[in-house]
Amino acid sequence: MASRTPLFERHVAAGARMVEFAGFEMPIQYAGIKEEHLAVRSAAGLFDVSHMGELRVSGPDALKALQWLVSNDVAALEVGEAGYGCLCNHEGGVVDDVFTYRLAEDDFMVCVNAANRVKDAAWFAANLPEGDITYRDEGDAWAQLAVQGPKAEAILEGLTSIVLANVERRHFALGTVAGVDGCIVARTGYTGEDGFEIFAPAAGAVALWDAILVAGEAHGIVPVGLGARDTLRLEAGNCLYGHELTDETTPLQARLGWVCALDKPGGFLGSSAIEARKPTNTHRLASLVVHGKRIPRDGMPILADGEVVGHVTSGTRAPSLERGIALAYLLKGHGRPGTRLVIDCRGRPAEAEVISGPFLRQLA
Amino acid sequence: MEFPAGLVYTDHDEWLRIEGDVAVLGISAFAQDALGEIVHVELPEVGATFSAGDAICEVESVKAVAEVYTPVDVEVVEVNEELDGSEELVNEDPYGKGWLLKVRITDDSGLSGLLDADAYAAKVAEA
Repeated sequence: MASRTPLFERHVAAGARMVEFAGFEMPIQYAGIKEEHLAVRSAAGLFDVSHMGELRVSGPDALKALQWLVSNDVAALEVGEAGYGCLCNHEGGVVDDVFTYRLAEDDFMVCVNAANRVKDAAWFAANLPEGDITYRDEGDAWAQLAVQGPKAEAILEGLTSIVLANVERRHFALGTVAGVDGCIVARTGYTGEDGFEIFAPAAGAVALWDAILVAGEAHGIVPVGLGARDTLRLEAGNCLYGHELTDETTPLQARLGWVCALDKPGGFLGSSAIEARKPTNTHRLASLVVHGKRIPRDGMPILADGEVVGHVTSGTRAPSLERGIALAYLLKGHGRPGTRLVIDCRGRPAEAEVISGPFLRQLA
Repeated sequence: MEFPAGLVYTDHDEWLRIEGDVAVLGISAFAQDALGEIVHVELPEVGATFSAGDAICEVESVKAVAEVYTPVDVEVVEVNEELDGSEELVNEDPYGKGWLLKVRITDDSGLSGLLDADAYAAKVAEA
């Protein structure tokens, strides 16, 4: 039986189409994927992402532990800052991609993917180094709401005493939002837009959800489901675990070298394997845009001169760009921007071109 | 949800409006609603022939792909060119402007297994 977030009743009452995702009954869409997607780009959207997991690592040796477990340089985070990184296995593959929030000098919260909650918790338990560390799985204690879009700050500023204008990108503040105490308000997100992710005690989720929708009504806020969350992240060129990131691929192959502090003292779990695999990595992630109307989908083969040189890992019709886009692993030598390739759309060819960087910035 | 009388329906949520040996084919209101906003329709060439049970075209929304099957042997005589750039017609008017293609039925032995509007509505209600 699938779990439910504290907002399940709200989704059903709003007429959302519910699906099972990562063991949770989640809204895939409310009004429609396209409409929700475009609302986030032009105004704002409210997402229930309470299915995400939260792991708490604290104590005098917490920093040392996370420097070993997480690929980015956690020591470089100041209190109130969040950093993106990977958990890696001993072969250099990606166990999960995570955000680490430094709540205090020796207190951290690691936000993990819903689909990996059980795997990550076991991985943490197995790989935490010796030391004075308190580790807790707080996934059920927290709800998480994302408010994303150009109007996000205007909508939230009347609901909290936190001065949101002072919260920089990838930073956060602690405070009360809509009467709900103990919230973490982070200027982070997955959509390619400005916005906030709010971690709130689970008991406050419904009050927060309702207050944000009321405050946002005049700004055009709409509730957004997992369908548009996926098209938004793909347009922004963001990786999704299980698609671009897997236990087999290294972060470098997924273009996540910028979150791998390979030179931090002592390295991190998997860093030596990641280094060692550099010369033998055959495939690397690339961004493709389709010319014409066909739509790339996960798993479709990609051909150069009739030979398969890769596969699509995520593909869609991009609602803001009104064309087919894909992330794909391509054999080395085929991923240079401007390279023309053919995507095999169930037997029909789609002409595609490799582009550099996020679709949204390149094509909008 | 509307299922007009005078059409026949398949188990895969296609509808056909049969006039002699010619039929217009589309997807039902139930099918378009389940798919969401249609953003691409892959139509066959005029003159192409298909056997009963073949996928005759594809209808895609942002997140999903649905194959559309022909319940009888057919030859394509016309495709709905209006859908190119106006795919939302399939959502807005699935039995009218959102028709997909017109076919000539070359073997009608599959027609007897199709559902009338009431039987199809009952099937949808069960789903």
